[in-house]
Amino acid sequence: MKFSQSPVLKHELAPWRARLVLVLLLGGMVSLVGRSLYLQAINNEFLIGKGESRYARVLELPATRGRIMDRNGDVLAISTPVKSVWAIPEDAKLQPAQARDLAKLLDMDGRELNRKLAEDKDFVFVKRQVSPEIADRVMGMKLPGIHLQNEYRRYYPAGEVPAHVLGFTGVNDAGQEGIELAYNQQLSGQSGSRRVIKDRRGNIVEDVENIKTPIEGKDVLLSLDAKIQYLAFSSLKQAITENRAKAGGVVVLDAKTGEILALANLPTYNPNNRTNLIGAQLRNRAFTDTFEPGSTMKPFTAALALDKGKYRFDTLINTAPGKLTIGPATISDSHMHGMLTVAQVIQKSSNVGAAKMALSLAPEDMWHMFDNLGFGTPLKMGFPGEASGRLRPYKTWKPIEQATMSYGHGISVTLIQLAHAYLTMARDGDLVPLTLTKMDGPVTGDKNIFNAQTAHEVRAMLEMVVQPGGTAPRAQIPGYRVAGKTGTAHKIEGGVYANKYIASFVGFAPASDPRLIVAVMVDEPSAGKYYGGDVAAPVFAQIMAGALRTLGVAQDAPMRPINLGSEADQVKESM
Amino acid sequence: MARFNLILLSIAVICAMSAVNANHHARKLFIGLEKEQQRMRALDVEWGQLQLEQSTWAGHARVEKIARERLQMKTPGAAQVISLEPIQP
Repeated sequence: MKFSQSPVLKHELAPWRARLVLVLLLGGMVSLVGRSLYLQAINNEFLIGKGESRYARVLELPATRGRIMDRNGDVLAISTPVKSVWAIPEDAKLQPAQARDLAKLLDMDGRELNRKLAEDKDFVFVKRQVSPEIADRVMGMKLPGIHLQNEYRRYYPAGEVPAHVLGFTGVNDAGQEGIELAYNQQLSGQSGSRRVIKDRRGNIVEDVENIKTPIEGKDVLLSLDAKIQYLAFSSLKQAITENRAKAGGVVVLDAKTGEILALANLPTYNPNNRTNLIGAQLRNRAFTDTFEPGSTMKPFTAALALDKGKYRFDTLINTAPGKLTIGPATISDSHMHGMLTVAQVIQKSSNVGAAKMALSLAPEDMWHMFDNLGFGTPLKMGFPGEASGRLRPYKTWKPIEQATMSYGHGISVTLIQLAHAYLTMARDGDLVPLTLTKMDGPVTGDKNIFNAQTAHEVRAMLEMVVQPGGTAPRAQIPGYRVAGKTGTAHKIEGGVYANKYIASFVGFAPASDPRLIVAVMVDEPSAGKYYGGDVAAPVFAQIMAGALRTLGVAQDAPMRPINLGSEADQVKESM
Repeated sequence: MARFNLILLSIAVICAMSAVNANHHARKLFIGLEKEQQRMRALDVEWGQLQLEQSTWAGHARVEKIARERLQMKTPGAAQVISLEPIQP
């Protein structure tokens, strides 16, 4: 039977039924079209977002911490990527043999590893900052629940040599000491992130948007010269060992620019391996430890006396009988010298002579000079714990105190302050601020503390100190004229002067046109010798000779072996 | 009329195809760029490590040690040095 002849067709159905079906189908279609229009065109963000989340990824863009370099571009601190191994303890169910292998690979104690993996946390660091090769081998073991994370680690290739200047960073790459702290803002970068679309092979095919561009840390170019720094460090180390001293410090300055070319302290530490650190190693002594400078202050007293016109280069001062009583106290020289010119007072380091000069000066003038030279105020170079030293207000000075201050007692300074003040002598009387970053050329000072004429005269006196008949013939350097001053001071312990000494020497060369200032301080030399001229002056000569040669400074004296004079000629310094 | 429409249609198809092609090409180039950038970062890291290595090998302490101990070098004394004055023309 054909369909057209089917008896069912004979039944007349109500026409509304067909229309109802039509309307329902049409309504269905309209709602579908409307819905798709709504999803595709009007409210499409939701679906786009859902889609992207299936194949878009947010990538972390880490920023590298800037490098620290010396003035010649040698790298002193650099960050390179390392891996940290971390675990989800719940997932990390290791076989005992696996745990043993992992502990061995990571060079850690097996029990410590098990303790870490037993912790009730979602995330534990197993070992931070391992080298990429070891990290690859850890991943090669394919252990459950053990993962890697990229991190940066700071390396200091020069190790302990410039440790105090550079400081170090913590495990989170923030500066904690030294330059790393002082220049943290400049050095640290800001990590960024970007959203990208990846295809199924993991290739990045499109940038969705740049959320944050990373800001790389900037490099810091220091004024330090790695060669001179090493020279200063090794010479100081040798001297400390020979003299069985407790500690020591060296500062090398460029007299033309005020740049710090080297700064070494002992004891020191290795910033690459900072386990078992003690406070004494961490101390940047040149900045944080104050001491009574002793005779190294005398040139300033003499300069002020010359500047005020009270004395001339060759004015005679009677230092006999080697003692001077002021009120209840007595100042004495270690030798009786008799009549001395101002120049000889400096050369032979006579306390009585210096005190007599000081007593002719107004306390106010002396205080202003010390203050202008920077004593009593921190240098504010951004180092943590920078000491200011002690300079009491002149209104409270008694005459005896004014007299002792003239030869560096009753006043305390840091080594860097002392070296800084000697800039005035090396620079025709003006003072420039110290800097740890590289300068482009010579700097002119705006602070004129002494007349140029005075500075020239004091320079000539300081040259006599290193000649036979002065206190420091051992500071001589073949081929260069050298000027400087020794200092030997008792240490104060519990408010009284102890039988322990600080030997120091501050000097500059070439004396005809000073280029470098070197200040040396040796704390508690205990191998018999303790005078600045015996302990600190040889260190000075060694560093200065090497540094002048390194910088290629023209010689200003004939090259001949140095003349130490006879043993009897060398003057013992007064304390 | 129908002919004109046919031409328009073929133009539209050609445009669509070239758009797809251009998009594909752009993606390929982008992947290439990404790869090169990744290589750049890897080289940057390697450079940093090489710098570190260089400054370790060329460390002043190591140089001095080798110069003094293996090569038996010494600082010349004052008597062994002749300093020359620059000749004024």
